Order: sequence, then C-alpha cells, then structure tokens
Amino acid sequence: MRYEKPTTVEAATALLAAQGARVLAGGTDLLVQMRSRVLSPDILVDIKGIEATRKVTKDASGYTIGATVTGAELKEHPTLSKDWPGLVEAANLIGSTQVQGRCSLGGNLCNGSPAADSVPAMIAAGAVATIAGPKGTRTLPVEDIMLAPRKLALTPGEFIVSFKIPARPAHGGDAYLRFIPRTEMDIAVVGCGVALALDAGGTCTAARVALGAVAARPLLVEDAGKALVGTKIDDAALAKLEAAARAACKPIDDKRGTVEFRIDVAGTLAKRTAKIALERARKV
Amino acid sequence: MQERVKKPQFDVVGTRPVRPDGVDKVTGRAKYGADLKMAGQLVGKVLRSPHPHARIKSIDVSKALALPGVKAVVTSKDFPEQPSEFIPAGEGVVNYRDMTNNVMAREKVLYEGHAVAAVAALNEKAALAALDAIKVEYEVLPHVIDEMEAIKPGAPILHEDMITTGVTPPPTKASNISKRVEFNLGDVDKGFAEADLIVEREFKTKAVHQGYIEPHACLASASEDGSAELWVTTQGHWVVRAYCAKLLDWDISKIRVTSSEIGGGFGGKTVVYLEPLALALSKKAQRPVKMVMSREEVFKASGPTSGGTVKVKIGVKKDGTITAGEAEITLQAGAFQGSPVQPACMCAFANYDLENVKVVGYDVVSNRPKVAAYRAPGGPISTYGVESLVDEIAEKLGMCPIELRLKNAAKEGTRAAYGPKFGPVGLIECLEAAKDSDHWKAPLGPNQGRGLAAGFWFNIGGETTVSLQLNEDGTLTLMAGTPDIGGLRASLCMMAAEELKVDVSKIRPIIADTSSLGYNFLTGGSRSTFSSGMATVDAARSIVKQACGRAAKLWDIPEEAVTFEDGMIRPAGENAGKHKPMSLSDIAKVAGKTGGAIVGYAAISAQGAAPSFGVHIADTEVDPGTGKVTVTRYTAIQDAGKAIHPSYVEGQYQGGAVQGIGWALNEEYIYGEDGKLQNAGFLDYRVPVASDLPMIDTIIVEVPNPRHPYGVRGIGETPIVPPMAAIGAAVRRASGVRFFELPMSPPKVLKAMKAAGKA
Amino acid sequence: MAKHHVTTTVNGDPVEYLCESEQTLLDCLRDELDLIGAKEGCSSGDCGACSVLIDGRLVCSCLVLGVEAEGKKVETIEGMAQGEELHPLQRKFLEHAALQCGICTPGVLVAAKALLAKNPDPTETQVRYWLAGNLCRCTGYDKIVRAVMDAAAEMRGA
Repeated sequence: MRYEKPTTVEAATALLAAQGARVLAGGTDLLVQMRSRVLSPDILVDIKGIEATRKVTKDASGYTIGATVTGAELKEHPTLSKDWPGLVEAANLIGSTQVQGRCSLGGNLCNGSPAADSVPAMIAAGAVATIAGPKGTRTLPVEDIMLAPRKLALTPGEFIVSFKIPARPAHGGDAYLRFIPRTEMDIAVVGCGVALALDAGGTCTAARVALGAVAARPLLVEDAGKALVGTKIDDAALAKLEAAARAACKPIDDKRGTVEFRIDVAGTLAKRTAKIALERARKV
Repeated sequence: MQERVKKPQFDVVGTRPVRPDGVDKVTGRAKYGADLKMAGQLVGKVLRSPHPHARIKSIDVSKALALPGVKAVVTSKDFPEQPSEFIPAGEGVVNYRDMTNNVMAREKVLYEGHAVAAVAALNEKAALAALDAIKVEYEVLPHVIDEMEAIKPGAPILHEDMITTGVTPPPTKASNISKRVEFNLGDVDKGFAEADLIVEREFKTKAVHQGYIEPHACLASASEDGSAELWVTTQGHWVVRAYCAKLLDWDISKIRVTSSEIGGGFGGKTVVYLEPLALALSKKAQRPVKMVMSREEVFKASGPTSGGTVKVKIGVKKDGTITAGEAEITLQAGAFQGSPVQPACMCAFANYDLENVKVVGYDVVSNRPKVAAYRAPGGPISTYGVESLVDEIAEKLGMCPIELRLKNAAKEGTRAAYGPKFGPVGLIECLEAAKDSDHWKAPLGPNQGRGLAAGFWFNIGGETTVSLQLNEDGTLTLMAGTPDIGGLRASLCMMAAEELKVDVSKIRPIIADTSSLGYNFLTGGSRSTFSSGMATVDAARSIVKQACGRAAKLWDIPEEAVTFEDGMIRPAGENAGKHKPMSLSDIAKVAGKTGGAIVGYAAISAQGAAPSFGVHIADTEVDPGTGKVTVTRYTAIQDAGKAIHPSYVEGQYQGGAVQGIGWALNEEYIYGEDGKLQNAGFLDYRVPVASDLPMIDTIIVEVPNPRHPYGVRGIGETPIVPPMAAIGAAVRRASGVRFFELPMSPPKVLKAMKAAGKA
Repeated sequence: MAKHHVTTTVNGDPVEYLCESEQTLLDCLRDELDLIGAKEGCSSGDCGACSVLIDGRLVCSCLVLGVEAEGKKVETIEGMAQGEELHPLQRKFLEHAALQCGICTPGVLVAAKALLAKNPDPTETQVRYWLAGNLCRCTGYDKIVRAVMDAAAEMRGA
C-alpha cells in the first residue's frame, strides 16, 4: 500500500482518480476497516497536507470548515460553539476524546454510515460541501452526499475540501441529540439534529430537522420542519413534529436497536432536540 | 462469635501501603504478555474456521509453507491424540481430549473462530499471507446456538459420542446435553405443601465475556534439546505448563513458564489457547514465536461464560419464612462440555438457611466458543434468578427485602444444599450494614428505584508454595507463585511484615517462574491472598523459628529458651541467661557462619477457605421515553474476614460490581442466523465506561475466618454475584416493570414499559 | 514497497524509524522503538489503552499511521515521570490504588494528563466523560476518578 500526502487539491484529485485510492483524513474509521480487512486500499491519499481542509474561517456569510478539521479543534474554535453549538456537540460525540482528537466532518460523512453523528447536525444547519475533482470544483448540500450505506454521490477523483455553514440567523439555535445504550462510545441508535430560527415575537420562521440511523442514509425530514414553522413551538407543534419524525423512519433491526424502538425514539428525540434548539434560539 | 485469630490488633495488616509493583505499572515499565521481545522472533497467527459447524475434509498447507518468510505451520496432526477422561483441576475437571480439540480442531470445527491451523513467519504480513494460502475443505453442517434449541429433538448434534451422564437409565442416543447434576436437601414437596405463597419464574441470561483489556499473548522459545521457555499472560503458569506438556507430550521439566504481568483475567486466563501452538511452532521453526490474539479473536475464540435458562420456584409462609426452594438451571457449555452448572447449582440457594432444597442442572453444548471461568462461575446466573424471585416475594408479602432475607439468612451452622455446614459467616452482618447504611435511607427522585440482593462464593484454597529469603542485610525477598492480578504482592508483603515485625518496604516480592519454585495452583477461586498468604505466614514463621535456632546456637542455650518478641530474638526468660537481643538483621549477618542461608519455605495445600457473603444496594433511574437505565448510586457490602489491604479489597468489590452492572444492562453475545458472532469488538460488546457509572461505595464487613491465621476470606468473586438481581429489583421499582431476562437493554425496557402502560 | 523513513520527537527526544505504510503509530512505538507502555487492547479505537499525545492532542495511537508522526511531537507514558520524580497523577494513582492489573493505566494516565492540561479543575462528571474512551475492567473507575481529582487539586495547589 502506498501512502501519499499531497499539498495541493490538484495533486490529490490526480491520485484519487486511480482505482483503489482512498482519502485519509482522521483515520478513525479507515484504519479500523483496514485492520479488519474490510478495506484494502492500494493508495492512501492523506489530505491533511492541503491547507484548505485544515482551516476554519468566519465571515459575514457564515463559516467555512475544512474537511479534516478535528472535532476537538471545532470545540476550541472561539466562536463556532456559540453560533452552532449543536453542530460542534455532534462532532464531539463521535467516539471518545481520543477519537475526537482526530475525527473530522469530512470523514464522518464520507465513511458512509447512516448513523454518523455529525451529519444530522450538519444537515439541520444547512451545510453545503465543496467538492474538488479532476473536472474542477462543485458544491452539494450535505443531505445529498450519502446515497446509501458506503455509497456517496462522489465520482472517482473527487473529495470534499470543506463545508460551508450559513451564518447563524438572529434568534437561531441548533441542537443535536442521539440515543445510545451507554453514555458514550456507542454508534447512534437514533440521531437527531434540529436547527430553527424565530422572529422577534418568538414564532418559528425556519426549521430543519434531520434524522440519522433510521434509514439507509441520514434524512432531512421536511414535514418535521414544516410542523414547526409558523408556530410558537408549543406542545401541539411538537406533537406534529414527533409524528412527522416517526413517519419518516425506515429503520432496520440490528444489533443496536429494533425497528420499533428506533421509530419510537426518533419521535421522542426529535421533540427533545427541538426544545433545546428553541431554548438556544430564545437566548440570542 | 469465636475469636480464634491470634492477633486482634495488627500493625501492618489493615493499612494501605503503596503496592511494591506499582511504580512499574504507572510508568509503563511493567511487562505484560505482548511486551517481551526475543532476537529472531517470528510472528505466529491462527487460521480460524469461518463456519460454526463443519467437518474438516482436508487441509492443504503446502502453498503456505512455500511462501517466503514462512518458517513453520502446524495443524492437529502435530498434537497427539488424547483420551477422553475427566481429571480434577482446582474448582472443576479437565478433559484433555476436549482441550486439544479446542486448541486445534481435529475432525470437526465446532464454532466460528475454532482454530484449524497456525503459522509462524518473519512478520505479520507474511503470517497473514500464509493463512490466506492454507486451503481447508469444509463440509458445512447445520448449527445450533441457543441452549434451549440445542436440547430439542432434531437439533444438530455436536459430539456423536455425547451420552448424558447423571441420568438413570442413561440415554441410548447422543444429544447435546453432556450431564445432569442434582443437589438435594430435605423434601421440597413437603416444603411447598407448607407454603402460603409459591412463586415461580423463568429467567434467561446471555453469554458475556470476561472482557479483560489485555488479549491473550505469549512468546515461546524452543531449544534444540527439546526444552522450551514460555512467557505468557496467565492466571496460572504451573497449570499452563501442565496443559502444554500434556497436549504436546513433553516432560513437564522441559518447559519453563514465566508469568508476565497480567492485564486482567477474571477466570478467562486459566486455560490455554495460543500457548501449545506457539510451543509447537517454535519447536518446528527452532526460533522464538510470539502470538497475540486480536480483540476479535478474543471474543470469537476465547471462552466467555455461559448464558442460560434458570427456572426458580420458592415457597414461603406469610411471615416470610422460606419453606422450600427449587431450581432448574440449563447452561451453555459452548462447543465442549464444561459449563459452570455445578457451582451455579451450589450457589443458587446458598444465601438461605433452608431445610428443603432441590436444584437440578444441565450442561448443554452448542456451536459457540467453549466457555471458561468468569468470576464466581455460574454463581451470578443462578443468584440472579433466586434473588430476583426473593425480591418479588418481598414485594408480594409487603416485606422489606432486607427483613425477608434476615429472616432466612444463612449463618453459622447452616447446611448448604451442596453439603458442607457453614462456619462463622457474615451474611447477617452484611444485611444489617445495608439496613444501617446512608444509601438505604437516602431519598429517591422521580423515575428512580432502589434494589438489593445478596450473593455468595465458596472460595478455594489449594496447592501453594512460597519461598521467603532472609537476605544478608536483613531485608527479605518473597517468591510467590500465584500471578498478581490486583494487588496480591502488596498483601503478601504486609503479612510477612506483620509476622516478622519489619517495615513492609524491607520486603520485595516477585512472582517466580515454574522452574524456581514448587507447584502453585492458579490465581482463581479467590484463593491467592488466602492461600499464598497462608503460605507466606508459614514461611515467615519458619524464618522466625530458624532465626531463633541460630541464636540458640550462638548463645549455646536450648532452642525452646529463645523467643521472638516485638521483632527481636531474645532469651525467653531470666533462666535462659543474659544475652543481647538480636534483630533478624543481626542473625542474617551471621547466617553463613551458623548453618547457611535462612529461607522460609512453605509448600501447602491450603485448607480452611471460607465463604464470603455480600449484599449490594443499587439505585437506578429509568427514562420512560427511551427505556434507558442509569445507575445513580451503588453500594457493595461484603464480608472480607480480615481485609489485609483495604484499598485492594474495596477495588475487588467495585470491579466485580461494575462487571455485574454491565452484565445486567448491556453486555451480551449477539449471534446472527448464520451462527456468527455479530459483536466481536468493544464497540458493540458494551462494557461499562467511566461516564456510565457513579462512585461505587463499599463497606467492608469483617467476620474473621477462624481457619486462617489472620481471618482472611477470599473476596474477589463474590462482588459479581449480587449486581444483576440488585439492578433488576431497582429497575422494577423505577419503571414499574419486572424483567426476567438479561441484559435489560433499552429496546427491551421500553417495549415492556409500553406494554405495561408505564411509558 | 520501500519503507517510510520517519523523523519525529518522542518524549522530547529526536527519533527516527522505518515503517510500512500500514503500520500504525502504536505498532511503531512498540515494535520499532521498544516503547511498550502504550498497549494494544482492541486495534479499533474503542479501549484507549494505546493513548498518546500528538502535539499535545490526546489520540489513540492505533488510529494513527506511523508515517503520520513525521515532524510531530509525540508523548507517551514513558515520558510522564521526570527522572525519578513521578508525575502527581502517577503518585495519586498509587496512593489511591487506582489500578489493579494495570493494563489500562498508561492510557488512563496519558488521557488524564491531557485533561488536566486543558481543564485544571474538572468536576467528577467531566473527568468521567473525558475518560469514557479508556476502558477499565478491573476497578469500576471509582478509584481512578478519585485519583484524578486529587491530583488535579494538588496540581492547582489547592
């Protein structure tokens, strides 16, 4: 196996165009799969040498987060936790403190697991991926990246360079909750990200609700968001949200949870997550 | 209570010095199984069956041997045939035919992960390539995993010669039930007839793994003269030596086994897996061979403990007196006979002073890894059933769970269903301590509940040898042979220091290898502090006797006229004459001149091991929206007899309790329809993590064991026995639902709560 | 395939080693540098026994490739004591009997050191969540948490 660490996007896309080439970001999924012989890449392309993947920048339009910035680094960013606490918390629920020292938003998404923790939060926040490839650069909303387990909407040679997160709206808040049987270390059995915005009077003007681990890919649940818009997010609205969340689920029975359980908890979690996002939106 | 302990006041015993092996462990210097390196060493790897049940039609290793860097390959052909006979070993029996079959499959593979061949190569890459190059032809057979499925007629049979023992008349056809055991006391039918209330339940538990963080590892180095050295992480290196010698048909004296530091065992490192393979490979390659299991191999191919089905029936009078107890326990043995069904039966009703008991047990094989001992083997499973039922009875009678147990508690003179009469035991003291505890009286919040359960383990003694050398400067070197899993060396030095009246820092301990010391049975059965401690005390007393003898020689007075008091050797009385008292140090300086080195040596079969009872209190909070159970408070109360080093006694209470919590809530072996293990890693085999738990409070009760010089009882195993029932009782009160199946994972809890209208 | 020649710093010392692309940093520490303090408990980043610091960041060395250590500052358990003087965490672990078999101890100590460097006054909950990636099967974590909090207090001069 070859290991390469290109310093430019172009060099990286050239290497990745070859068969058997894989991106190495934090390595917290890839190395595990290599060790268990699920994956045997011929070439590892370490993209951490490309500056654009390493930085977090903020401007009036929002944040640009490099695809290999670690969960720990996101947490340490001076303003990101204040503006998008749900997103940062989600990234810092991945694995353990040790894993958070290496894992990245890019890797978490491109590993292609429907249970990835950061993805529902990213979808809720309206994150858009900037993708570089042999034919140039394009963008794609995060909810369109994963098509099925381990199947991405990326073509050979393409990789995610960074994510664009919009500026947090005034009176906006986001949150991420997941259900796991222990308190840490588990893959999400259900994950829920909610981002919403209120007007000055406290009525919800926008809401995005995303669910993870309840279908073959993370879901943007439009009906769940609609249930909140135009309301003060009272119990009635939350009940509609809960029902919409449950209706969107197409989960499986596996060693982590049953179909019944996932559907049930998806609704419960959606309500709890929305409440936290609401509290945060009211505070700013 | 009898006070036969010589010294009620201790100088050293009961204090908390830093353990002598501690610095090496906090600096990374201590060497564990995978930490030794030898020049020229090869990497050994095992080829394992992908099928849960199959006949091996052929194995072709020729291509593997031809690969560059591959130095040796072994299959079952390299291990002699062993007769099927049951040989006693410690707490159980071993069958060498089963053992050699488990270590390397012969005609059949009986579980996914069963070893089929092994290779030694220059590096890991070459070894893995060699495994890929071995061609095995399998005839796949139908498999069976669950024990209740395995006993159904028509189930796939694992061993064509397995005729159930303990059944009269014996069956005519082979089955998957290796044996039936039965323990009886009095007349249960009469007992049930006297009862005002009879409650009957069936409980199910799943297989759980000991979960030691250090995988199995060893380094074998064979020599051209047919001898070999083995470095291994193990709970018993003399036992490893014996097993390897038998499996390879070598003289025991030809194998020298050194026990590395051990990264956890809990019973799972009392058997051999890699060691005979490494020795055989090393002999073929004439180079050292290092073998380390991956975590996946540990889960798939090293013994977990049994899952099982426990049916319990208890009859009780209105006032809470238990009139009869009956249980039927069916445990998974894995691919070869030998579940802990016998000790499970022995422990089932041991908490109670009963006249009428009947316990029947079945040992059932199925296509899963052969089980190995796990901390109080069998005890937690049967106790889970009985203690849960006792809790239900307390609820039905409107009695406090402590009062109900006090009414029936085992005490001195109680005859256990498995035979012996108890000497002084501390269950009542533990129950009283529970009643008086802050925990029992603390208020509870919403969705919270409190549960309590009792537990027992009988503990063992056994063959133990200790050598204690008085060095020329008066310091001492202690050689023990029971591997130190959790603070033993500290306790042994303390006992020697207590006897010899020297500072504990003057005694340095080592765990000797098999060529340096007489036989030691393994660390298990909660025996190491008890047995090595007893031998240490004997060895120390021997030193005192010898030292007195040397002084007698020097003073030219009879030995009986010399005494050892306050750390000094003195004439016994005025009649003995005026002689300047001598310290051990003084004697040590003249040892050579007075007859040679002074060594205290004790080779004993420690008798008088006494049971340890414990009582645990658990508080849980159950989230009605998700079924998640959180342990919010926990107290482990247990009788230690005498706590030599209280910190390490507390540590055993806490560690065992947390293993039990994991067993109760989240740990289980999950198999697919294909008979393959789905969660062979720490991601989905969910042991408790630090954030899952509160502090584990402990209360050490001391009812001395009159048969140990300091009153010591073994304590390491009892702590895992009560937690599952304690948590189950707490969950009942927190959620309104009583569970009869473990683990109580959130999907199950939520489903049951919804069905009961509690969520 | 030619091996990578890696130049890095381990516990303050300049170090070089050769490694294959697929060797992890854990493999390199143990097999190339004979630093056996970091342990292999699972090779999947779930147990924390291989914990080290890279440029001050707590990571699982089984999830980092050996070649990725190029130019970085690696700290392992072997660098925690200063000569004969143990780090307060090491001392407190001994005092509190916060280890039984000791296999998880190097990983826990490195993780705890990273915690206290970032947060010198953690609550019990913070300690537990920070250490959630360090599995211990022997102690039930109680004495580990007490030792960390006591070491933190001493280091704060409290």
